Amino acid sequence: MSRFSKSILAVALGMSVFGSASAVDNFHGVGRQATPAEVKAWDIDVRPDFKGLPKGKGNVERGNELFEEKCASCHGSFGESNEVFTPLAGGTTKDDIKTGRVKGLSSGELPQRTTFTKVATISTVFDYIQRAMPWTAPKSLKPDEVYAILAYLLNLQEIVPADFELSDKNIADVQKLLPNRNGMTTDHGLWPGASAKKGGIGNGGVPDVKNVACMKNCKPEVQIGSTLPDYARTAHGELADQNRNFGPVRGTRTLGPEAARKAADASTLDLATKSGCMACHGVKNKIVGPGFNEVVARYQGQPDAESRLIAKVKAGGQGVWGSIPMPPNAHIKDDDLKTLVQWILAGSK
Amino acid sequence: MGDITQQPGRLRPAPENFLSEDQVKAVGAGRRDFLRKSFMAASAAMAAPLAARASEGDPNILNLPAWSTSLGQPVATTPYGMPSKFESQLVRRESPGLARVGGASVSFAPLQGLFGIITPSGLHFERHHQGWQDVDPTRHRLMINGSDDSLLKKPKVYTMDELMRMPSVSRIHFIECGANTGLEWGNVAVPTVQYTHGMLSCSEFTGVPLKTLLEDCGVDTKKARYVLAEGADGSSMTRTIPMEMVESGEVFVAYGQNGEMLRPENGYPLRLVVPGVQGVSWVKWLRRIEVGDQPYATKDEAVHYIDLLPNGLHRQYSSIQECKSVITTPSGGQTLVDKGFFNVSGLAWSGRGRIKQVDVSFDGGINWQSARLEGPIQNKALTRFNINWVWDGKPAILQSRAMDETGYVQPTYGQLRKVRGTKSIYHNNAIQSWKVVESGEVTNVQVL
Repeated sequence: MSRFSKSILAVALGMSVFGSASAVDNFHGVGRQATPAEVKAWDIDVRPDFKGLPKGKGNVERGNELFEEKCASCHGSFGESNEVFTPLAGGTTKDDIKTGRVKGLSSGELPQRTTFTKVATISTVFDYIQRAMPWTAPKSLKPDEVYAILAYLLNLQEIVPADFELSDKNIADVQKLLPNRNGMTTDHGLWPGASAKKGGIGNGGVPDVKNVACMKNCKPEVQIGSTLPDYARTAHGELADQNRNFGPVRGTRTLGPEAARKAADASTLDLATKSGCMACHGVKNKIVGPGFNEVVARYQGQPDAESRLIAKVKAGGQGVWGSIPMPPNAHIKDDDLKTLVQWILAGSK
Repeated sequence: MGDITQQPGRLRPAPENFLSEDQVKAVGAGRRDFLRKSFMAASAAMAAPLAARASEGDPNILNLPAWSTSLGQPVATTPYGMPSKFESQLVRRESPGLARVGGASVSFAPLQGLFGIITPSGLHFERHHQGWQDVDPTRHRLMINGSDDSLLKKPKVYTMDELMRMPSVSRIHFIECGANTGLEWGNVAVPTVQYTHGMLSCSEFTGVPLKTLLEDCGVDTKKARYVLAEGADGSSMTRTIPMEMVESGEVFVAYGQNGEMLRPENGYPLRLVVPGVQGVSWVKWLRRIEVGDQPYATKDEAVHYIDLLPNGLHRQYSSIQECKSVITTPSGGQTLVDKGFFNVSGLAWSGRGRIKQVDVSFDGGINWQSARLEGPIQNKALTRFNINWVWDGKPAILQSRAMDETGYVQPTYGQLRKVRGTKSIYHNNAIQSWKVVESGEVTNVQVL
C-alpha cells in the first residue's frame, strides 16, 4: 500500500464531492436565464394551433405588390415558376377545397406537386415566409407583409377572393379551406417517438415491408426492372475522373478525350460556382440576379466595365437589377474576382 | 510544358529538376495541377529508355524513383494537412439538374473510394436549405425555451464557452439524408454510388446530451413531449423531434466532428445529432431548442420530407432511416481491372440499431452468402462489410442485403414499391444492384 493508492483514493473522494455538488447546483456558473426580450427575438415559430402567430393583417392587393417586388424573381409573378424552385401555386380545384384532399395527387393528373397541393397546415406557410424569405434577405418581412403575401398566395390558389384581408383573427377560418388539409397520414412506422396509441405519432415503429433473409434458390429468375439510360451515363461528367487511377477498379471512361478537355476548361465556371455566384446568376438566364449575358449586354463597350464590375461584386448592391440585393463578396480573392469578371465579360465561355 | 528539355536515357534526381523556373513559381503559387502534368510528362520521358530493360524487371523497381533519392518536404509545410495530390478525383460532387440553386442543393460524398466507416470531414455530404454560413463561435448562442412557461422552469442561454465546459459524450453515428437514393424511386437515374447513395456520411461526434441541457432548464417532460430544433442560418431550419428520443440520451448537441470542430458546411460551431433519423433533423448552426406539447408541422415536415403514397396521402413526420446497405467496390461507373480475385466491400446501416448480418449475392438475388462484418459494430453507425469474390469474366449482378438487430431485412424494389409506389422521393432503402458485364464495366440496374 503506497502513496499511489492513497492519492487515487483522494482523487476518488474529490470527484464524489464535486459530483454531488453539480447534481445539487445544476452546472454552476454554466448558462444563464434568457431575458424576455431575447426569447421574443428568436422564438418566431408558428404552430398549427397558431401559437406564436404575431398579430397583424394584410390584403391580397398589398400582397400582390410585395410579391412582385420581393418574390416574383424566383417564384414567377403568379407563384407558377419552375425555374428556380418548385412552383408554389396551382394544381388544385374547387372540389379539392371542399374535400380537403387534392385529387390530382392520386389520379396522376398532376404534372408536378406545388406547395399548395401538399401543405395541410396554413401555419407552415406563414412560419416559413416569416423565418426564411425572401431568399437573399430572410427575416426582413414585417408580420403585416407576411400576412399580405400569404393572402396573395391564397388568392392565386382561389382559396380566398381578390378583396380578402388575411389576419390573425381569420387565419383559422382559412385553414378550413386548405385544399390538402386532410391529405396527411401519420400511420407509419418511421416516427422515432411514442405511437399514436400512447399519445404520440404513428404505429410505434412497425415496418411496412417484410423481406426475409433467404440464402439459396430464392427465386426462379432475375427480373431486371430498369437499367441506366444512355443519357444518364454521361450526364455526370467523366466517370474515369471520379475514381482513383489505381486500385481494384478504374472509373469507366464515359466521355471522349475532347469532352474531357472541355470539362477541364470549365474551371472558371467551377470557380464561379465555388464563389457562390451561380446560386443567384445563370450564364444565360436570370435566377435571382441577372444572367451573365444580361450583365455583358449592359456593360459592353464601357472602358471601365471591368473595374466597375469588380467593385460591384465586392461591395454588393441593390437597385440596378431590381430590389433583391446582391450581398457583398469580400470572401473572394482579388485574383479570383478578376478572373471571374473577365470571364463574365468575355461571354462566360 | 514545351520548354521542358527531354533527354532520353538520362535519369534525373528529382522531379523538381524537370520544371523551368517559371513553372516552379507556378507550383509555388499553388497551381498543383501543373506539377502533376509535369510529373506525367517526366514519367513519359523516362519510359522510353526503360522499355528496353523491361526484361530485367519492373522499371519502377529497377530505377529508383525520385522520392527514394531526394530530400522530402519539411514538417508543417501544410500546417493543415491535405490529401495527396494524387487523390484529387475523389471529391464531393453535385448531380447536374437536381437543383437549380447551389444554396439549396446537395453535394454527394464519393463513397466509391472511401474505406472503413468514417467519412473524412472534408468529404462529408452537404445539404443546405439557404446556403452555408461560417458562424463566429464567440457570438454563437444556444437558447432553450418552452412553447409556454409551464413547460420549462427557466429558459436559458448558453455560449460555446459554457457548452464546452459541460459533460460531453463522443459517439460514432451515420447521417443519411431522407432523400438519399430518392432519384431512383421510379427507375435507374444516376450512374454511380456517389449519386445513388452519397447523401450518407458517418463521423464521430462530440457534444452534450440534449437531455442534460433540458434538465438544466427544468423541463417538465410530463407536458413537453416534443422538441423543436432551429438553426441560426438564413433558413433557420426547424424540425420536430420526439421527447422519447431526447430522454433516451441519444440526442446531443455536437460541436466536435472526427476530432476537430464541426466543418462550417456541417453546422459549425453547433449541430444537433439525432441518431438513426434522417439528416434534415440534425439541425445545423443550432441556435434554439423549444420544448412543446405538440408537433410543429414546419416547412420541412409539411411541404418537403413528406412521402407521397399511391393513394395521394402524404406520410408526415416520417423520420427513421430504415436498414439499408450498398456495395461500394465495385460499383456503378467502375470497371474491374481484370478477372480473378476481388475483395467486394460495402456499407450497411440501420436507424433502428446495430447491423446483425449482411448477405451478398453475385447472381441477382437467387443465392446469397453472408459477408464479414468489420467490428466494432455500433449503434446507428455505418458498418463495413467485405466478402471474397473470384470474377470469372462472366456477367454477374452484385447485391447486398442487410439485416438489423430488430430482425428487419432490407427490402427489394418490388416489395417497397408495392406499398409506397414510385413517387415517394424519401426513405428509399431498397436493395441496390450492380451489373457486371464481360468487359468488367459495372452499371446501375434495378432488380425487382
